[in-house]
Formats: sequence, structure tokens, C-alpha cells
Amino acid sequence: MTRITAWRRHPLARYAVLILALALVGMVYAAFVQVGKPADAALAAGKVDDVAEGKSLFIQHCGSCHGMSAQGTGTAPTLIGVGAAAVDFQMSTGRMPAAAPGPQAPRKPPANWVNETTTRQIAAYVQSLGGGPQVPGHEQVDPAMGDAGKGGELFRANCIQCHNWAGAGGALTQGKYAPNLNSSTPTQIYEAMITGPQAMPVFNDTTITPEEKRSMIAYITQVREQRDPGGFGLGRIGPVTEGLVAFVVGIAALVLAAIWITAKKRQKS
Amino acid sequence: MSDELKATPKAIAGPSNFLDERLGGASFLKRNMRKIFPDHWSFLLGEIALYSFIILLLTGTFLTLWFKPSMGEVPYDGSYAPLRGVMMSEAYASSLEISFDVRGGLLMRQMHHWAALLFVAGMMVHALRVFFTGAYRKPREINWIIGVLLLTLALAEGLTGYSLPDDLLSGAGLRITEGVAISLPLVGTYITFFLFGGEYPGEDVVSRFYSLHILLIPGIILALVTAHMVLMWVQKHTQMPGKGRDNANVVGAPFYPAFMAKAGAYFLFTLAVVAGLATFTQINPIWLFGPYTPADVSAGSQPDFYMGFLEGALRIMPPWEINLFGTSHAGTLPLSVIIPALVPMGIIMTGLALYPFLERWVTGDHREHHVADRPRNNPHRTSIGMSAITFYGVLWLLGANDEIAANFHISLNWTTYAGRVLIFVAPALAYVITYRMCLGLQRSDQAIISHGVESGVIKRLPHGEFIEVHTPPAEDIEAHMRGKTPVLMLPVAEDPAGIPPKGMRGPLGKLRALMSKAYGGEKIPLDDGHGHGDGHGDGHGHDEDEHAAIGSGNGSAGDDRSITH
Repeated sequence: MTRITAWRRHPLARYAVLILALALVGMVYAAFVQVGKPADAALAAGKVDDVAEGKSLFIQHCGSCHGMSAQGTGTAPTLIGVGAAAVDFQMSTGRMPAAAPGPQAPRKPPANWVNETTTRQIAAYVQSLGGGPQVPGHEQVDPAMGDAGKGGELFRANCIQCHNWAGAGGALTQGKYAPNLNSSTPTQIYEAMITGPQAMPVFNDTTITPEEKRSMIAYITQVREQRDPGGFGLGRIGPVTEGLVAFVVGIAALVLAAIWITAKKRQKS
Repeated sequence: MSDELKATPKAIAGPSNFLDERLGGASFLKRNMRKIFPDHWSFLLGEIALYSFIILLLTGTFLTLWFKPSMGEVPYDGSYAPLRGVMMSEAYASSLEISFDVRGGLLMRQMHHWAALLFVAGMMVHALRVFFTGAYRKPREINWIIGVLLLTLALAEGLTGYSLPDDLLSGAGLRITEGVAISLPLVGTYITFFLFGGEYPGEDVVSRFYSLHILLIPGIILALVTAHMVLMWVQKHTQMPGKGRDNANVVGAPFYPAFMAKAGAYFLFTLAVVAGLATFTQINPIWLFGPYTPADVSAGSQPDFYMGFLEGALRIMPPWEINLFGTSHAGTLPLSVIIPALVPMGIIMTGLALYPFLERWVTGDHREHHVADRPRNNPHRTSIGMSAITFYGVLWLLGANDEIAANFHISLNWTTYAGRVLIFVAPALAYVITYRMCLGLQRSDQAIISHGVESGVIKRLPHGEFIEVHTPPAEDIEAHMRGKTPVLMLPVAEDPAGIPPKGMRGPLGKLRALMSKAYGGEKIPLDDGHGHGDGHGDGHGHDEDEHAAIGSGNGSAGDDRSITH
């Protein structure tokens, strides 16, 4: 009994209750919300709570770099007009909140306060600031509904310059890089295309239509799920690792074989 | 043993007599089947290339049965789902067919590609063995040049083969080939139009490269390989220095049966490595790259490893170009392409081809050499070799700078800046370090010859001094070390009037004399170990029957220091 009382009077208890309540609200909301409806529909539907909650979360976790009203500072850009999709992408991939300044924020496990609810709330707040691209619905990113052949052509024409033919990633200038696409969810791939995170350009809906984006997602997910038919894939980065294996495995094995078959017993002198 | 066992069985004697009476090969075979081959593991390295070439011919023939060298556009309808319906050249479609719809096709493709990598890699390690042991010296210079030609042809063969499947990666390589060709002054445009049959990429290049790749270049390679082998057979293989080996004999095992068995086994080893790699390790997954269109290019586009040094040279080259009369209309000389494309290749290939002659010019060594040098015993040659390897290695490494940057989280720009410095600094460093190492190894040989080998037995002398007992080296090891001969030097000494000898005057002559003095001569004589040569133990004033000494640095005159030592 006393332990529970102590917990109840703990200074963090009120926040825990608040978050529990929010989570409850979120779950109830998620149960009612229609599948495929953008998350920021909450805003349109008058869910002003999300915006308010999002604003307080934003001030706690994001404001120090992005400015208290998301206006941007010397260290981080303004978030007015980036849209909910940008927030969802950055937070769900763990890139934001950033751990350390650097050429590029890497993908990492999200901070422990980041979950679907807090992400949605901050997204709703940022969306309320100046609009922008919204989080796509499930159907919009469903790989099964895309045409992989068509998507592959678009992928080769638009993405592989940086992300490599198999989405294995590649280097950019000054320590920046195009990350590999192996752990990106279809939603994240879609969001990246419409928001252009970090060094990536924006591929808006007039450049690549939503259907074409879905086809590209179909190609990316098909290729990355494919078992390499020729054996171990060597990271799918091409001739660099192949050449390494030719020497480290091939030539080394043959040198050992040569030493073996020319070996002689030392004559006792 | 009964006569029955000694007699040749009728089934063998009959046909061999038939053949001998008509072709008369018996005496030739009798003489040559007993040909002696010296034994050393490094002598088998060239065989990697030879056997890979045989595997290449066989797997390549298999691939030609399905490959269609055409750039005609067709929609893909094979069994690889992510490309279905995509328009592509027949060359690419048929390569996909070989990979997915021909039984054993993917294995054959992968074996062909792995064998190609081992072919070139085998040639390289073989060439390095020949270089570092001085096996290119008289009378083998011509065979050395044939080897350099073979290496050059292998690069051309690799380039043409890499381009055939017409996938996105091979297209990127082809684009660089076009860029290099078109950058040549005056003739560049014509050469490019001739090669591609018009504007890049045209519709001819795959079928043209196909003829080169399966007919012309392998034909020349086969002819040169034959010449290489015949010359090796006639001139006999070099041998490592050792007991009873000299310039006038060859010590080893006869071709039949010993060497033939080893060579046969080594072919099977090579086949096993190629087949094993092809089974378990994916190479050149063309289905991932997609069909080639000139508009697309991928991150991580790389050539096969043997072209990596040219790629690296292109990547670290600053963007220099000269516009004639200050305008690009009058013509542009793109130094940023010409220099990296031609200079490193020129330095390496020309350097390789000319080295035997340059060395002879510097040392004045016109003798025949059938005993290999140990690399330490010609320190300048070994240093030049290591320097060249470093030069090549830096370029090769920088050819993969994007993968290095992406996978090791280094700034791409800094890999380039580092490469621009390293390409000059690293070879010089390698030279100095190798040279010191060679001298150090020579000193260690000298210590073994003059002091013996540490036996691990510590002995306390009556007056309290501890010594480690040294035993004389094993006979074969000593013979191996004593195979060292001083590098020849030109007669460079000036006469009493201060006039250099004939041929050593003028700027070129003086340079030659300077180089000869540095390159030639005995740096660390084996038997002249800082005055140790006069026998050990004598100076210590107590009789010892072992070869004993107190560490190599302690002179025989220093025996009174021995207690405080």
C-alpha cells in the first residue's frame, strides 16, 4: 500500500497520468478513426486537443533548436509549412529529436517518449502552423497495389543516383549520405519523397504521381525482400566487395593450396 | 619383380607404337616428360591465371549458346518479376534469361565472372612474384614482355566482357570508356564515332564488343599464353637459391609424374575455388541493376577490381581543363579525363615492360640469371616494386571512395583530399620503409650466418656471465641465404685525374652513374658482420665448442663489458 501511495505522490505522477490519459484518448481515437484517413484529419475534424498537446510536446522537446514557435533558429530550420508528413517521417525513423549536431541526423531507435500518439500530436501542431504535406493513408502506400516493373523504371530514373540500385545507400558530399532503404516502412518512403528530408530533394505529386510513388514502393519492397538468387549478396554494393572477396577468399585459398601441395618435410641436417 | 609387371600392357603399347611410327613423338616426349620443374609455392601463382583462363573458355562457350549480342529493344517477359514488362535490349534480356531461365545458367555466369576476377588477380600476383625475385632478367625479358601484354589484354577482355550484358552498371563503365575516348585530342571524336558506330550509345557497341570479347582478344591471349609457356619450357623455370642449385642446373621434380600431378591437382583447386565462390557468393547481379539507359546512373557504380585504379585516378583528379584560345568553341583539352585515364596506366604498364631493360642499363648486368633473387637481396628493386604497389593501391582504394565514405562514415570530400596527398606521399614512404626493411632482413641473415641461430639454451660461464648458445643454421637454410649475389654496379669510379669513365659523362651519364652506385653493390655482406667474421668465442678467452655469442650488437672486442652488460 505504502509503495503505491509513494508512487502516487511522486513528482512525475501527474505527467504519467496525463500521458496515460492521452494514450487512452489516442487509443479510443484510433479505434474510431477510419483506415486510410490522414492522421492530421484530427485537426480538420476539430481535434484541437492534439494541436494543443502537440504544442506543449514541441516546446519541451523540439523548441530548443527549432524555436519556440517553430520559426527556426541558427541550428535548425523553420518547421512552418513542412507538414505533418515531415514530422511523422523524422520522428518515426528516430532522426528527430536529433542526438547530436552533425552533417546528417542518422536513423536510430526513437526516444522513449516518442510513440504514435506523441508523433501525431506534434504532427498536428506543425500541420496547424502552415499546412504542408500530410501523412499518407495505408492504401496510398500499399506495395501490393503498385506495379513493380513501372516503379523500377522510376526508381532507376530518380532514386538510385544516391540510394544505389538495390537501395543499399551511398555517399554524398561533406559526410552526408543517402541511407539504405532496408528498414524504411512504405509510409516512410512515401513521406521522404513528398517532404525531402535532409539532403533529399522533394518529389511532389506533379513530378511523380501518388500512383507512381506506390509503384516505386512496390519495387523497393519487392527487391529488398528478395533472397539473393546467386548466393551471399555481399551487401549488394557491387564490384567493390566482389573484388575484395576475389583476393581475400579466392587468391588466399589458392595460395594456401599452393603452399600445401608444394610443402616438403624438412630434411634433418 | 617379374617381367610381366615391367612390360607395357598391350592396350597401351599398340596405340602408342601406331602413333609413334606415324608422328614420331616418342623421343620428343621421352626428353620432355622428364623435364625438371623446381618446386616453390610461389611458382604456382601463374597457374591460377592459366587455369582460370581454361575455365573462362569453357564457361564462356556455355554463355554464348544463349547470349544474344543485340541492342534491339524488347519487352521483358521472363521469370524475374520486378522487371516484367520493362523495355530492354536483347543482350540484357538474354543475360537475364541465362540467369533465371537456363538450367545452371546463373552458376555458369557467376563462375565466368569469378574466374575472370581470379584470372586477372592471378596474373597480378604472378607478375609480382616474377618482379620481386628478378625472374624477368636475361634470358627471360621477352617472356616478361609477353606477360605485360597478356595483362593489358586481360584488362581489355574484362572491359569488353563487363559491357556485354548491357545492364545499368556495365553502361556506366561504357560511358566512362566513351568519355576517355572522346577526350583524346584531335582524334577523340573520330575514335568514338568509329567505336560506337555514331552517337553514344548507338546500336552497335554490344555486337562489336562481343566479337572482340569472344573471338579476337581471347584468340590473341591464347596465342600469347602458348608462347609464354613454350618460352618458359625452353628457357626452364628459375629456381630459388638453395643447396646444390646454381645457374647451370635445375633442381626439382620431373614433369611426369610429379609435376603433372601437382599441376593437375592445382587445376582442380582452382576449379573448386571458382565453383565454390560461384555457388555461395553472388557476383554481378544484373537483375538488380536494371537495363541500361544513358539517363540513369547509380550510386556505387564501380568497375571490376582491375579497373579500380583508373576509377580512383578519375575520382581524385582536380577538374582541370584547357580551353584553346580561351574558348570551348576552339577545342577543349580535358586534362581531368586524359591524365587519370592515361598517366597511371602508362606509368604502370610502361614501367613494367621497361623495367628489365632499365635495370640492366643501371647495373650493366648482362649475365644470364636462372636463380631467383630473394626480394631483400635487391633492396632498391623491392622498394620500387612496393612503391608501385602503393601507387596502384592508393588509386585502387580511392576508386571505392564512395563506399568507404558511406560505410565508414567519413566525409567523401576528405577521402578525395587525402587521396590527392597520398598518391604522392605514400609511394615515397613505402620506398623508404621497404628499403630499411630489406636492409634489416639482410642484417638478420648476416647475423644467422655469422652467429648462428638462437638455440634457446642459456649457459652460465664459470665467471658468471650468461650467454645464449647459438647453433649453426640448418644446411639448407644456410645454402638458401648464401645464394645471395651482390647486385652488379657499373664501373663508376673516377680515375686519379677526376675524370669519370666513358659513358658516365654528361648529364645522362652522371645520372646513370649515380643510380648505379645507389642500386648496385653489396649493402650488407653476409660474412662481414662488424668484425665477427673471425670466429666466435676466441675473443672471450674461454674455450667453447658451440657457436656462442652475446647478442648480435656486442663486438668481440667488448668481452670485458660482459659482466655489466
